[in-house]
Amino acid sequence: MTANVTIRIQEADFDIAREISLLTRGRSDIGAVVSFSGICRGNEGSEKIAALTLEHYPGMAEAEIARHAETAMSRWPLTGLSVIHRFGRITPGENIVLVLTASQHRQAAFEAAEFLMDYLKANAPFWKREESAAGASWIEARDHDDAAAARWTKS
Amino acid sequence: MKVKYFAWVRERVGKAEEMIEPPASVRTVDDLIAWLAKRGETYAHAFETPRVIRAAIDHAHVKPDATIAGAREIAFFPPMTGG
Repeated sequence: MTANVTIRIQEADFDIAREISLLTRGRSDIGAVVSFSGICRGNEGSEKIAALTLEHYPGMAEAEIARHAETAMSRWPLTGLSVIHRFGRITPGENIVLVLTASQHRQAAFEAAEFLMDYLKANAPFWKREESAAGASWIEARDHDDAAAARWTKS
Repeated sequence: MKVKYFAWVRERVGKAEEMIEPPASVRTVDDLIAWLAKRGETYAHAFETPRVIRAAIDHAHVKPDATIAGAREIAFFPPMTGG
């Protein structure tokens, strides 16, 4: 059967159970699905956050995620994967991103999900702006996100 | 060519996109950043620290020494913070 790849950039929330069933329905060759959700926190350190606003680069966001999806499909024996990333204003407790990976066995699914998230954080063109009592400010990129993505390129 | 700006680069420049015609001497992404920085105060502020600016040509990440010849769309933005 062909691999099932879904990439969506959307403002609306997503339903994790529904996305998993879209990835697995009608197939009997899947033994493992790993699901990662990134959720908006209500605080950053000691600072309370009212909301995040995610800006993205339409066109490139889809292209960049598709490139990473292709790499994941070639590196691990996946039967499918889904990446959904939201944009716009998101309040604490709401979903931001979903990565699903499906495979015959769990190891490939776990590794590919981690790979996709590490690459997405460092390379997908999205920017978070946080609103707090102090006003609104752009969140700064963290070096450890680049380091997390770089470890997948080591031999 | 079309240039696009995102996040605080967009805010500092004061626009999301524009058409530009840099001279032939502007060959690389680095050259273009230096040329843009001289277009006025808002640009100077947006591009004051070139090493933190990331660039993409036609929807793919590129390094500062990448050539801009033939590019349809060049984007400038801060390091990504999605996920």
